[in-house]
Amino acid sequence: MAHSVRRDAPELPDFSLLKRLARDQLIYLLEQLPGKKDLFIEADLMSPLDRIANVTTLKEHEVDKLYKVEHKSIVSTSDQLCFLIRPRIQTVKWICDVVNADKAVGKFRRYKVIFCPQKFYACETLLEEQGIIGDVTTDEWSFYLLPLDDDIISLELPEFFRDNFLEGDQRWVRTAGSALHLLHSLYGPFSKVYGIGRCSKMAYESWREQVKEGEQRVRQADIGNVFLIDRDVDLVTPLCSQVVYEGLVDDIFRIKCGCVEFGPDVTSSDKSMKVMLNSQDKVFNEIRNEHFSQVFGFLSQKARNLQTAYDKRSGMDIKQMKTFVSEELKGLKKEHRLLSLHIGASESMMKKKTKQDFQEMLKTEHSLLEGFEIRECISFIEEHINRQASMVESMRLLCLLSLTENGLLPKDYRSLKAQYLQSYGVDHLLTFSNLKQLGLLVEQQPGETLTVMESRVGKLVNDKTAGKLTDAFSSLAKKSNFRALSRRLNLVPKSDEEYDLRVPRDMAYIFSGAYIPLSCKLIEQVLERDGWTGLEEVTRMINGHEFAVTGSNGSDPRGRSDAQRIILVMFLGGCTYSEISALRFLGKEKGYKFVVVTTAITNSARVLESMLDNHA
Amino acid sequence: MIRGKPDDDEYWNSSKFKAFTFDDEDDDFTRLKESKRAVNSILVEDEDEEDEVEKVNWSGEPVGSISWSVKETASNIRSTGEVRDLSFPKIDTAPSLPKNSSGYSLSSLFKGKTCDRFWRPLSLLLALLILYFLHCVIPWSINADVMLWQDYISDWTPEETVKRMQQGKAYSLEKFHFLQDKLLLLDEAVNAHDGNVITAVLIFLKKSLSKEILFRELIAREIALRHYIHYLKEMGEHKHLCTFSCLHVQLMQYRDHLNIKDENRRRDFLKNCLSLPFSQEDATHVLDHYTLLERQIIIEANDKHVESSSQADIFKKYPRKASILNMPIITTLYYSCFYHYGESEGTYSSPANIRKTFRISDKQFLLTCLGARAKLKAWFDVDALFTTKNWLGYTKKRSPIGFHRIVDILHKNNAPVQVLQEYVNLVEDTEQKISLAQKYKCHDVIINTYRDLKDRQLLIGYREKVERSSPEYRKIEELLFRWYQVRKGKTLRAWLRGKGVARALTVPKICPHGNNLAVG
Repeated sequence: MAHSVRRDAPELPDFSLLKRLARDQLIYLLEQLPGKKDLFIEADLMSPLDRIANVTTLKEHEVDKLYKVEHKSIVSTSDQLCFLIRPRIQTVKWICDVVNADKAVGKFRRYKVIFCPQKFYACETLLEEQGIIGDVTTDEWSFYLLPLDDDIISLELPEFFRDNFLEGDQRWVRTAGSALHLLHSLYGPFSKVYGIGRCSKMAYESWREQVKEGEQRVRQADIGNVFLIDRDVDLVTPLCSQVVYEGLVDDIFRIKCGCVEFGPDVTSSDKSMKVMLNSQDKVFNEIRNEHFSQVFGFLSQKARNLQTAYDKRSGMDIKQMKTFVSEELKGLKKEHRLLSLHIGASESMMKKKTKQDFQEMLKTEHSLLEGFEIRECISFIEEHINRQASMVESMRLLCLLSLTENGLLPKDYRSLKAQYLQSYGVDHLLTFSNLKQLGLLVEQQPGETLTVMESRVGKLVNDKTAGKLTDAFSSLAKKSNFRALSRRLNLVPKSDEEYDLRVPRDMAYIFSGAYIPLSCKLIEQVLERDGWTGLEEVTRMINGHEFAVTGSNGSDPRGRSDAQRIILVMFLGGCTYSEISALRFLGKEKGYKFVVVTTAITNSARVLESMLDNHA
Repeated sequence: MIRGKPDDDEYWNSSKFKAFTFDDEDDDFTRLKESKRAVNSILVEDEDEEDEVEKVNWSGEPVGSISWSVKETASNIRSTGEVRDLSFPKIDTAPSLPKNSSGYSLSSLFKGKTCDRFWRPLSLLLALLILYFLHCVIPWSINADVMLWQDYISDWTPEETVKRMQQGKAYSLEKFHFLQDKLLLLDEAVNAHDGNVITAVLIFLKKSLSKEILFRELIAREIALRHYIHYLKEMGEHKHLCTFSCLHVQLMQYRDHLNIKDENRRRDFLKNCLSLPFSQEDATHVLDHYTLLERQIIIEANDKHVESSSQADIFKKYPRKASILNMPIITTLYYSCFYHYGESEGTYSSPANIRKTFRISDKQFLLTCLGARAKLKAWFDVDALFTTKNWLGYTKKRSPIGFHRIVDILHKNNAPVQVLQEYVNLVEDTEQKISLAQKYKCHDVIINTYRDLKDRQLLIGYREKVERSSPEYRKIEELLFRWYQVRKGKTLRAWLRGKGVARALTVPKICPHGNNLAVG
């Protein structure tokens, strides 16, 4: 609440333009299929669609009925069907089934598939193989960017993380490049681009190619600098428990597309309620970046203020009362409603967290980050597994252990894995394999001895191809070097100092003063140094792919100084609300404004759930 | 792939570039001139920043080496004519064209001179046919510029083809007949970092190459291989890969058991999985999985029968909520501790048998057993879990996990205070013991601990917290009174000692300070 503001932060550009563009294009596409039609919408496109258009907009353009894509046979009677989907094989397969089923019974309809944000050749090949191109026409709705708030823009592509980092499929790289291109042409030209990570580099290249292909309008820049960062540069941060209000709400209630559903325990009524969480909510706006321990104090202060405001009525005459009712009462009532909602949410979160031994969990987490009493941590995790407590939480702690310790000792790895499989099901073998491939949970390689062993074994193995392939895969899992990075960048403040959460002194406050998120620290350092000079050792440990490039207009004095202080940070693979809070804090300290562009908002549960394979 | 490549690889690589970039000599020359101009103009605009970046990022290859300059020319040619608009520098984005050492590069040598002359008209015809086809069947792919005659006759290089594919323009892959051309196309797609195009090329290769050849070439191309595996996975065609015994495929195959609903068929499938080449460790787990399901099927059939015929009380009192099929090992153990406690090790459903079969640790066994028995409020069983006898017949309570955790678990299962305090008493750390006792209101434990600490102040403090006239209150009163008496006695003895009579009285050794009297 009481952050010192260094100087006037620049104004953020207006991103609602992005929504308008997307809406206009959708309308255009719908009009390409004139006449009444039924619209099938992919489940995870519904919320984004809700943010830019409503049912009336769709009805105005002759959409008759709306359905959710459910991969079941359909009941529509319309003779025109429109599908609004993500370019996924599964969904296209379903559409093929729908079309072929119609054909089988001699039903004639027109079909249009609109892929969002782009189509993939694999999907079209499938349509072709099923012999329905011609019956089905396809289109692209290049709805890349959804502004979730004044300073958050999302691509709403949670699968980016798995596809890119686990499967090694680069299908979204160009999408990221195009998104950047769109921002560049609307709010650019950018003068500097910094980045780290393989995918960032590829996205930069893809964007650069697209800039080359199109013509460049000369305009005043709104956004001066860009920072691209791969999620796998810092996997520790998203796996930490969030304790900043907005992050905690996301961890517990799951914010979806900037909107959260509070259950009856929060609303203290028998109904659940959907609430938009953004800067429009004045109460939320003041607490979203605060450490949870500060939120209660703030809310009760706010409640007292509200009471005083209401109490003013008592001594009023008729005229004053009239102005009070017409001017203030409405605002007060709204605030009242919001306040009781957030108090309810805080209470409910408090209850849930005390039930789960949250304190002990946090203690373990902090010990892991600090590299302190690792044995105790391991036995805590072991017991967590033995008690069959939350499957994802156990996984999260295991991954944190592996990331911070550069892998588990082979003995520990085997024993913990065996116990995990016993507690949560043997089919988690698939999860372990995925985690290993991504480098989230690995066995420590005992240095040279194994390499010698391996080469000996390699000679014995007849199937050379298999050996080569194993090499190819293992080269992808990289070391995290967390401990060394943490020392180099001072990520973990000394624990003997008292950390005052009321007056945070650095970004570590988002984790109770225990850890400065690596991702945000890198951004801070690079902006401070205007490049990667002096960070060579750090980038080597992260496994590099860092770059810092200046555009031709970089040296141009034309660029407004305000624009230079607006920094677009693009997270490839998702970012957490805690990181956004940390960047907001950094911005206030240094006089920057950060605009966060992310492939999706993520948190520990989402990261780990994307690694699960054990459902049919 | 970069490390340890032989010298002549460099040569093949550069020749390959020529094979597709420079079609004939004249062209070559003009382009070179252009590229020179391009290079010069870049140097003029060059900034320090760019220089620095390139040095940092070049993967392994020193700036100025042959392969570097080849790549440099290639990339400059690509941007000829646009160099002046180029506002951002290009950075080398990791994997360079994979160098394959197969003998096929020979064909690329000939290709430029002889073969092309033969193929060009043919491929032109093909391109025309395809475009016609596209025009009729796929209306979306017809862009305005496709209609230009020039596009029909131009023989697109792999690079141009990939670019057109990226831009969604019409293209044709059918002219890539030579294996070498196909691979160049693939490598070009990989270099463009567009997964969509890479997959498109792979689909084309899948249709036009035998899977053995395709796989052989993909082995050396990691990025393309991963795209291929992912594509097959998504299409549900990973069996395509199963003929190649290599990492990950056995897991993909194992994963298929999830699609089998019928438990008997699933069990049989798992049995087949046992022969897959898993690592030793994973093989054990898969065997466990099979054994578990096999047992579960037996237990389920039996218990279902017992439950429906109401032969056992336990099922009547606590009807089963769900079937035990496909539950994890620990859940099965819990189930068995709940419904089949005390059965002999010979039966599959007994806890002892499950413990042994699946090598369950003592700690794990205890925790699960404790949970199940506490749920049933079988406190006698709980007690027996911790009791050990030594050879003299003395009993002692032991636990592989801290007793504070035991207390937590018991409390969660609503254990009465009498049971709880027994275990609170076993907690070794005094502070922890007191805080637990306070949490669960075990007054006796607290009073006794304070008594052992001989802390009168704490005891008096605690007297305030308990209800007056409760047994706890009376106990504290009694203790305090006895302490008072002891203190009086002590003063008397001290007085006597002062008088020099103490020695004569011979104070007993066991209680040198007197207040030990209070104990007991």
